[in-house]
Amino acid sequence: MAEVRAEMVANVWKVVVQEGDTVSDGDTLVILESMKMEIPVLTEDDGVVAQLKVKEGDVIQEGDLIAVIE
Amino acid sequence: MPIETLGPVLIANRGEIARRIIRTVKQMGLRAIAVHSEADTGLPFVREADEAVLLGPADPAQSYLDAGKVLEAARATGAKSIHPGYGFLAENAAFARAVIDAGLVWIGPAPEAIARMGDKINARNLMEDAGVPVAAGTREPVTDLELAVKAAYEIGFPVMVKTAGGGGGIGMSVAHDEAGLVKAYEQASRAAARFAGAATGDGPVGPAILLERFIERARHVEVQILGLPDGRVVALGERDCSVQRRHQKVVEESPSPGITPELRASMLAAAVRAGETVGYLGAGTVECLVDTDRQDFVFLEMNTRLQVEHPVTELVTGLDLVALQLWVAAGESPDVRPATSGHAIEFRVYAEDPKRFFPGPGKITAWREPAGEGVRVDSGYAEGDMVTPFYDPLMAKLCVHAATRAEALDRARRAVEEFVVEGPKNNLPFCAELLDHPEFGSGDYDTGLVGRMRT
Repeated sequence: MAEVRAEMVANVWKVVVQEGDTVSDGDTLVILESMKMEIPVLTEDDGVVAQLKVKEGDVIQEGDLIAVIE
Repeated sequence: MPIETLGPVLIANRGEIARRIIRTVKQMGLRAIAVHSEADTGLPFVREADEAVLLGPADPAQSYLDAGKVLEAARATGAKSIHPGYGFLAENAAFARAVIDAGLVWIGPAPEAIARMGDKINARNLMEDAGVPVAAGTREPVTDLELAVKAAYEIGFPVMVKTAGGGGGIGMSVAHDEAGLVKAYEQASRAAARFAGAATGDGPVGPAILLERFIERARHVEVQILGLPDGRVVALGERDCSVQRRHQKVVEESPSPGITPELRASMLAAAVRAGETVGYLGAGTVECLVDTDRQDFVFLEMNTRLQVEHPVTELVTGLDLVALQLWVAAGESPDVRPATSGHAIEFRVYAEDPKRFFPGPGKITAWREPAGEGVRVDSGYAEGDMVTPFYDPLMAKLCVHAATRAEALDRARRAVEEFVVEGPKNNLPFCAELLDHPEFGSGDYDTGLVGRMRT
């Protein structure tokens, strides 16, 4: 199980995957927006999106849980 | 008309530029009215204005980009003119028109000039027809990938792919082959669609894309122009903006250390011609790309507003560009001398990590600005303020001025070292690294410099 957390304060601009989706290393899970920059959040693991903790429009803090990959 | 008729002046912007404009407005004896979002209530520009109006939530679409709210704030406060700063509504022709229609003075060029130059395809064609050199590229909007591929082979790889609207390097990338073009085209389309959404359906901004020949070893050099009501267009020297990350400027200097006097003269003349072609009024910037190997240049785009890096020009000319914008808006044609003296450099202090340049907003726990002879700091924040993720990462502009480039670099090293920012991530360590980099030190650098420092 791998947790994907936010590296910075940001808005969730786009959610690319859904819970249950199969993903592999390098796939984009969500796209964050901070300070007019789009920051794709990638998975570094192969697996299934077990939990997705954010939705579009959310403001997340550094360290917040974005997704769990199993 | 007398300058008094412009006051009170409403500044439709935030952060460092709102603060900088407020200073000049007050110096000219006029009242300055700030507008702000809920996220910015505690910032210096709100305190320093004579009056401040809350526009709405942090989201720019509900505050700084909401034309209706800005106009309502002007009405409620009795403002007589609006200065848009840069970004937000500054290059929105429909907003400029709405300001004028509301009986207010728009401190900027005519809405028609904004519209004509705002569409990069239109601007490029207009300049080509006026005899200003442009890069080989598409004269018509590229509307699908098939057309893009065809155009790229005609121009020859590598090509630069960008959106006709928008700015700030967003959606812009280089394609070295067909596979790269597919990616670049997708990225630009996505950005174009977002701009179209953000532009609230008006103005020339649409999901159009253009392709241009990519110059490998290029410098980004721009000319400051000022169009006067008596019809003259004056060029106020150039700024070299070749230190860039993600196609966004980090450091600017004037004069450019990378062009010959002959090239400078022909660029300044072309910029004046560009301004005259659109009957330009007020402060504007003609951006060019200089091919360092061939020592020639092409027109890139025109920014119909005050530029972030305008202090560089102010330092070498001794002029106050905001004051000149106000005089021009009042119908006056001041006797502007385009002579420059010494060397000026600006460093953009961004809230971003100095290695990957990723945003790093946060609360400012310590903030101490450098001072002394030849040092100017335009900042938007102070100790205790929050740098939020809602707006661009620019916290301050550290500018130095000295008799020579070498002395300006020495002054910059000292000032960068003196500048204390704690809390948000910041790029001051990058500025220090740059100042010690032999390529930057020599002056012989191009837009690939930051990329080379990070590989």
